[in-house]
Amino acid sequence: MTNEEIKLFISAHIPAAIYEETGEFLNAIIPSEELLPIMKEMRSNRDLNFDYLFCLTCIDWKDHLMMVYHLTSKKHKHTLVIKAKITDVNDPKIETVSGIWKTAIFHEREVYDLFGVTFLNHPDLRRLFLMDDWEGWPLRKNYVDENMIEI
Amino acid sequence: MVDLLKGYNVEKLKSENLRLLLTYSFASLSSHIHAWLISSMGDGMAALVSEMLIVGICLIAFLVPLCFFLGYMERKVAAFMQLRLGPNRVGPKGSLQIVADTVKLLFKEGLTPTASDKFLFNLAPIIVVVTSMLVMAPIAFAKDLQIWDLSIGVLYVTSISSIAVIGILMAGWSSYNKYSLLGAMRSGAQIVSYELSIGLSILSVIVLTGSLKMSDIVMSQSNGWWIFKGHLPMWISFVIFIIASTAEINRAPFDLTEAEQELTAGFHTEYSGMKFAMFLLSEYINLFVVSAIAATLFLGGWMPFHIGHWELFNHIMDFIPSSIWFMGKTLFIIFIIMQFRWTFPRLRVDQLLTLEWKYLLPISMVNILLATLIAIMGWHF
Amino acid sequence: MGLLGEDIVTEDGEFVINMGPQHPSTHGVLHLKIWLDGETIKRVQPHLGYIHRSIEKMSENLSYRNFIFATSRMDYLSAHINNEACALCVEKGLQIEATPRAQVIRILMAELTRLASHQLWWGCTGLDLGAVTPFFYAFREREAIMGIMEETCGARLTMNYMVPGGVMYDIHPNFQNRVKEVMKQVKDNLHEYFEILTGNVIFENRTKGVGYISAEDAISYGCTGPVARASGVSCDIRKWFPYEGYDKVQFDEILDTGGDCYARYMVRMKEMLQSVSIIEQLIDNIPEGDFQAKTKNVIKLPKGEFYQRVETARGELGVFIVSDGAASPYRIKYRSPNFSNLSAIEHMAKGAKIGDLIAIMATLDLVIPDIDR
Repeated sequence: MTNEEIKLFISAHIPAAIYEETGEFLNAIIPSEELLPIMKEMRSNRDLNFDYLFCLTCIDWKDHLMMVYHLTSKKHKHTLVIKAKITDVNDPKIETVSGIWKTAIFHEREVYDLFGVTFLNHPDLRRLFLMDDWEGWPLRKNYVDENMIEI
Repeated sequence: MVDLLKGYNVEKLKSENLRLLLTYSFASLSSHIHAWLISSMGDGMAALVSEMLIVGICLIAFLVPLCFFLGYMERKVAAFMQLRLGPNRVGPKGSLQIVADTVKLLFKEGLTPTASDKFLFNLAPIIVVVTSMLVMAPIAFAKDLQIWDLSIGVLYVTSISSIAVIGILMAGWSSYNKYSLLGAMRSGAQIVSYELSIGLSILSVIVLTGSLKMSDIVMSQSNGWWIFKGHLPMWISFVIFIIASTAEINRAPFDLTEAEQELTAGFHTEYSGMKFAMFLLSEYINLFVVSAIAATLFLGGWMPFHIGHWELFNHIMDFIPSSIWFMGKTLFIIFIIMQFRWTFPRLRVDQLLTLEWKYLLPISMVNILLATLIAIMGWHF
Repeated sequence: MGLLGEDIVTEDGEFVINMGPQHPSTHGVLHLKIWLDGETIKRVQPHLGYIHRSIEKMSENLSYRNFIFATSRMDYLSAHINNEACALCVEKGLQIEATPRAQVIRILMAELTRLASHQLWWGCTGLDLGAVTPFFYAFREREAIMGIMEETCGARLTMNYMVPGGVMYDIHPNFQNRVKEVMKQVKDNLHEYFEILTGNVIFENRTKGVGYISAEDAISYGCTGPVARASGVSCDIRKWFPYEGYDKVQFDEILDTGGDCYARYMVRMKEMLQSVSIIEQLIDNIPEGDFQAKTKNVIKLPKGEFYQRVETARGELGVFIVSDGAASPYRIKYRSPNFSNLSAIEHMAKGAKIGDLIAIMATLDLVIPDIDR
C-alpha cells in the first residue's frame, strides 16, 4: 500500500488523525484513546498486515507525552509510524499493544519504567531496569535526582 | 564346561609362565619388612597396626605427588590441545605450579555457610577422599606390590567406589544451596546408573578369568592382554568401561554434577580452601583408580607385553620393570580420559541417562553374553 | 537455620533458582529467575537493569559528536556498528553522506567487527556447552582482528572510530596487508571450527530441536539478526535498507528454517564466510580521497525525528533521534537487538531442561550491556 492508501485507511477509522510526511516514514498522530482498535485492525487487515513492531518508545514533550510505534510489514514492506498523544502528563494511561505484538511486553515495561506511562491490561507491568521502589520516571524532562552531576 | 567356568586355568599358566618372568618381585621386600616387624614387636596387634601405618603413610606419600603430577599433566594436556603453553613460570617448566596452588588453597579460609548442616558439610569431603583412597587397596602397582590382594578384589573396587556418591550427596545436601542440591541429585542419578555398565563390563572380563582376585586377573594375561585375547567383546567392554568410568568420576563430558555453566560449581559450590582441595584430590585419585582398574582388567596391569609363545620377545619385554608397565598403561588411559574432557561438550542430564539406559546397558548385556560364549567355547587365545 | 526441604522450596511448593546476576554462563549480569520442576523449566523471568547506565538519558546532555561514543558501551562486541548507526543517523539529519572512502572503510570495519563478534560467540557457545577448547581456537583469529583494530583505531574493543561524515583518522598504512593476511588465516582455519564442534554428536544433540521459535513468533517477539534468520525470517538490514553502499557488494543473506539452536549456530557460522567475502571484495578497492566529510564544529540537527537502522552482529539496531534544533538530542531511543531477542527467551525455554536454557542463551548471543543500555 502506498502512503496515501494508508492515510485513507486510518482516516476512515480515526477522522481526527493528523499526518506528517516530512521525515523518512509516514507519521500518523492519533489520540491515545483510539489506539488499540486501529492497531488491531492494522495487524489483522490483509492489505496492511503490519506484523512487525520494530520500535516502541515515548517522547516527553513536557505538556504531553507522545507514544511512538514504528510498524512495518514483512510481507508488503511498507512502514508506518503511529504516534499516540497522551495529554494527561500526571497520570498517563494507554492501552497495551502487547496482545498484538509480543515484543511490546518488554518495550512497554521499559516505557513504564522510564516514563511512567501506565499500560492498561498489560500482562506483567513492573519496573524493568530500576528497582521496584524507585521514585520518579528518569527519562521525563522534569525528573530531578539530587545525586545527578551536571556535566 | 563347568571346569572352564569355575577357574580359568590360572594355576597352569602360573606354572608355565611365571618361571619365565624375569620381572623383579616386590614380594621379597615386603616379606623382609614383615619379618623385621614381627621380630621386633612380636606376632601381635602391634606389628599389624604398624604395618597398616606404614602402608597408609606409603600410600599418602605416593598419592600426593601423584595428584600433583596429574594436576600438572592435566594442565599441560589442556594447554597442548588448546594452543596454549600451560603453566611455565613456577619451577622448571611450571612443574611447581600445582604446589603453589596447593599452598594457596592451604592458606585460604575454609568457609562453612551459616545455614549449612555443619557436621555433614565438614564430613563430606573426608568421606569422598577416604572412599577414593580405600579403592587403592587391591590395585597391583607392580609385581607383588599390592596392599591387599583380597579374593574379591574387583567386587571390592566396584562396591567401595559407589560409596563416593554418598559423600557427594552429603556435600550437596548440607551446603544449603540450590545449585549444590541440583548437582548432588544429578550425581546420584548419574553414578547409580553408570555403576551398572561398569559392573557388566568388568563382569565380561571376570567371565574369562574366572577369578575376582586382582593378582589372578593379571596373571591370566601373561600370554597376552585381554583386549587382544578376547576378540571384539573385550574391545566393546573396554570402550564401555572407559565411558562409564568417566561418568562415574564426574569428569567432562559427564561433569553434570559440577557443570560450571549450569550450576556454577554444582555440589562443591560452597566449599573453599582445603575442603575444596579434598574434592580436587579425590577427583584425581579417582581418575587414577579407574585408569588403573582399566589397565589391570584389559591391558594386563603390570604384566609386560607378551605375545603367546614368542619366548624371546617376552623375555625382552620382561626387562622393563613391572611398575613402569603399570604406570605407563595407567597414564595412557588417563591421557585418553583427559582428552575427552578437553574435546567434548557436556551432555544434558536426560541425554546422560538415555545414553546409559538405552545404549550402554543393553550393549553391555549382549556383550557379556558374547564374552560368556567365548569363554565357554574357549575361542579366546 | 531451617532444615533443608522446608524453605528451599517456596510456599507454593516451587523450586526457584536465581541464575545470575553472577553466573558463569549469563555472560554478564543478566538475572534469570527460573521456576523448576526437577530439571524441567516451568517459567523463566529475566530481571534486567544490573548494568543500566541510562545511556539514553546521558545522550540527551551530550553533543552530537560525543553521544556516538557512549554507544560503544552498549553492544561492546559490535562497538563499531553501534557507532556507525549513530553517525549515520546524524548524517541523515544533516543530509550529508560520508565520503566514498569513509564508507568503504566503515563497511570493512563493520564486517571485521562482525567477524570478531561471531568468533567470540562461537567460542562462548562451546564454553557454555561445556567444551572449553573452542574458545581458544576462536581467540586465535579474534586476536588477529583485534590487532588490526588496534593499529588503525588505537583501541581493541571500544574503538570510537566513527564521526559524523566519515571516520576519525585514515587507515593505517599496514591495514590492507594485514587484513588480507588475517582473512587468509580465517579461511584456512574455519574448517577447524566445524571439526571441533559442529559435527560432534553431543553438540548436535544439545542444540538440535532445542529452543525452537517459529517465524511468526520470531517476528512477533521482534527477534532480529541470526536469531530471526534461523527461523526463516528475512531481516538483514544490509539487504532490506542498504546503507553505506552495502547494495554494491555481493553477499547472501543466510537463512535457515530450523528455528532451533543448531539453526542459529549454522546461520552465524555461514555469516562469517559472508563477512570474509565482503571484506575481500572491498579490501583492494578502497577509493582514494578524504576520509571525512566537512562538518561544522558544533553540529545542530534540524527539528525533526530521524530513524536509522543497521545490522549489528546480533540483529537490528535502531537509533531514533528526536531533535528540537539544539546542539544535543532532545530524546534518543536505541532499539537494541538483544533486548527484543531476550524477550523471547521464556517462549523458547519453557519445558526445556536447565542445560537447554544455557544452549538457548548461548545461541541468542546475549550481550547484557546492550539489553540494559
